[in-house]
Amino acid sequence: MDHLSELENKSIFILREAYSQFKNLVMLWSIGKDSTVLLWLTRKAFFGHIPFPLVHIDTNHKIPEMIEFRDKLTLELGINMVYGENSEALLKKETFPDGNISRIDCCKKLKTEALKNTLSGKGIRYRMNHQSKKYEIDNDNEPFTGIILGIRSDEEGSRSKERYFSPRDKENDWHIENQPPEFWNQFKTDFKPGTHLRIHPLLDWTELDIWRYIERESIPVVSLYFDNGFGKRYRSLGCAPCTKPVDSDAKNVGDIILELESGKFSKIAERSGRDQDKEDGGGLETLRREGYM
Amino acid sequence: MGEKLKNKDSLQIVFAGHVDHGKSTIIGRLLVDTDSLPTGKLEFVKKMCQNNSKPFEYAFLLDALKEEQSQGITIDSSRCFFETDKRRYIIIDAPGHIEFLRNMVTGASRASAAFIVIDAHEGVMENSKRHGYLLAMLGIKQINVLVNKMDLVSFSETDFLKIKENYSEFLNSLSISDISFIPVSGFYGDNVSQKSLNMSWYDGKTVLEALESFEINDEVIDSDFRMSVQDVYKFTGKGDERRIIAGMVDYGMLSVGDEILFSPSGKKSKVKSIENFEREEYSVKAGYSVGFTLYDQLYIKRGEIISKKNETHPICSKKLIANIFWMGKERLVIGKDYILKLGTQKTVFQIEEILFVMNTAELSTDQYKKEIDQNEIGRVVLVLKNILAFEISDKFPNFGRFVVVDDYEICGGGIIIDYPDKEISQLRENVNLRNLNWINNSVSSEMRCEKYGHKSCLIIISGKKGSGRKKIARLLETELFSSDKIVFYMGMGNIVYGVDADIKCSGNENRKEHIRRLSEVCNLMLQTGLILIVTIQEIECSDLEIFDQVIGEHNRLTVWLGSEYSCNADLKFDVSNSEYISDEIINLLQSRSIIN
Repeated sequence: MDHLSELENKSIFILREAYSQFKNLVMLWSIGKDSTVLLWLTRKAFFGHIPFPLVHIDTNHKIPEMIEFRDKLTLELGINMVYGENSEALLKKETFPDGNISRIDCCKKLKTEALKNTLSGKGIRYRMNHQSKKYEIDNDNEPFTGIILGIRSDEEGSRSKERYFSPRDKENDWHIENQPPEFWNQFKTDFKPGTHLRIHPLLDWTELDIWRYIERESIPVVSLYFDNGFGKRYRSLGCAPCTKPVDSDAKNVGDIILELESGKFSKIAERSGRDQDKEDGGGLETLRREGYM
Repeated sequence: MGEKLKNKDSLQIVFAGHVDHGKSTIIGRLLVDTDSLPTGKLEFVKKMCQNNSKPFEYAFLLDALKEEQSQGITIDSSRCFFETDKRRYIIIDAPGHIEFLRNMVTGASRASAAFIVIDAHEGVMENSKRHGYLLAMLGIKQINVLVNKMDLVSFSETDFLKIKENYSEFLNSLSISDISFIPVSGFYGDNVSQKSLNMSWYDGKTVLEALESFEINDEVIDSDFRMSVQDVYKFTGKGDERRIIAGMVDYGMLSVGDEILFSPSGKKSKVKSIENFEREEYSVKAGYSVGFTLYDQLYIKRGEIISKKNETHPICSKKLIANIFWMGKERLVIGKDYILKLGTQKTVFQIEEILFVMNTAELSTDQYKKEIDQNEIGRVVLVLKNILAFEISDKFPNFGRFVVVDDYEICGGGIIIDYPDKEISQLRENVNLRNLNWINNSVSSEMRCEKYGHKSCLIIISGKKGSGRKKIARLLETELFSSDKIVFYMGMGNIVYGVDADIKCSGNENRKEHIRRLSEVCNLMLQTGLILIVTIQEIECSDLEIFDQVIGEHNRLTVWLGSEYSCNADLKFDVSNSEYISDEIINLLQSRSIIN
């Protein structure tokens, strides 16, 4: 079996385990390439169906094209789409772009807190009404307790230590030093009430695998990933103020693959365009221990 | 380059070994020699060492990568990615400390090959043995031993051979025979990616060559078919009417039209279609996550193991003998309820007996220890609450391995090495064969049930000699018959001198075979839709188990007459009032909706 098929089949196995063992399951969709691949794998795993809602955390500072892409695919594929945000922080302008807090604190407020409240149902959720093609306030505020995420272990240190099935406590905290063993395709699927679970079907994929798979399966991605004539493209998508494009003339998926295989990015980190990772030394691990993706 | 690279295989390798025996140094070397580090990383670490006036070490590279959270490609110590012209590698650095045994197990179980690192100077430590033992138990067949820090023993061949002899003896005792030993200096790079000039006496492979010569195991495809039912999907959205059985093929191949058997339920059917998203397939093979539909509308549950009619079938039993390695904080003890997970099956079990506990340091066994402590390995007899379908671990490893869950935590892993109840398992295999070859009727059991106005049922009346079994059986037969039920009474004697004429009936000698034949006759008669009453003297639990295996899902009801019981009966009577007893039996038939 070729490498991509091996990754694909393993990820599908994990997705099916998650679906079989958990209620109130959701998949987090960041609109980026990884979670879009995850969405495609889900359709394969469930024979064309997407049997759980997708959740997006809208920081209100995402690049507008990402939101357009989200809503276009949502309508096309009939996705049960839910989004949430930290309305309070946004209203009080407690954000980095407003100049009132640091990058790390902004991530905490607009992403981590918004995620926690959206999952627990404490924050307002908006759900796509496929009849009116508009988002409506969701009356269902039952907590989501299992979350499927598209993180990869090659992204950065703390992610490489993750399990496929990763338990979090009631506060969503991650106890990195005390993780359950996983072996022989057996994951931790027995939980004390109150445990939250994060499921990571893409842990073994690398950035290059993701692009090769996008090419093989013709998966649509946001055009921000490509050079649209200005000699720049995004290698990783995030909030507009903290994610910078890189110099590149890769105009399609094939160009990107060449660039990563043997070209200018073969030895430069994917997240090097992200400013929030650079603050506070181990910014991402600190964030992740407290519930960041 | 693109096409060629895309088709490269990928291999996961684990580095295990005692703390400070030099795993990180060797991995650091490999990353540098294969040009796999982020731009500037090597120079950065070298400069840091210079600024802090300490000599540069390759292990610092991994430490630096570990600490690195915000820039450069992060390669954590737990997993490093790199590739050669031949293939792609994921290196798993398994922690050496005993406290991190579960991380070591987690990491190692993802690997298909392993390097065990042993310090030439310090020699074989207890952890070196424990790790070797666990790697073997996890099913890793390809193991290479790196005798590191050869520079500290002046590159001495004698020292190398001493360790080789000592450790191969140990590995051989675990039935790992295909091992090579490589003398290495991670610090100076001897025999890592370059042949050592300091050890001209060694003419074997370098670490990198050994890595490249590991084989990727493909034998799972040329095997009898095995797959666990992971889930059954019936998505009603978008007018989808398919009922899809989903799972990952563990061994062999499955094609449209194949006749298949589900174990332990014993249900059978034929593959109607293989379902794939946006693509139709005719057959699927090991390693693929698939789905398929059946010709029959069967109720199939997660956990069943599927095999093909014309191939071998899994073993089904309630008792296992297994080796368990225990990671739980609480000891593993006899008589406590634990959960076993094998494939996608899950069942409660208890340890009936601890045969011995292993001392990994001395490779001796302790037969008197009656519990298993954290990080110990022992051989145990397990009794399961439900029948489990499985395999002996060396044949179909995926179905010969299980994990133990205690208080929501995975606390141990086990491999099945034998099963004591061979008779009953053999019986089950025969019953499966009978089911597979069963000739279907044109009238279904539902149609009979509707016509007769009752379900079929086996009523076993038992008790000591002289307890009045036959009298009650005849009365019950008369009463049911007069209320228009299709009913028949059959005594053991009806069988013994006819069907069983070829076997002796004296004493207990052939009791099991008598019971088996009786239950086969019962099974045939139950297929006709009638209510069957049989009388058997002093029936035992093990006899009932035979009945349950043979008659499968037919209704069974057991009545015991007398005060001393030898089995669990549905109804027990101390009194000898025949009319009262037959009324009670009829009440129970009604409450179970067998008759109206």
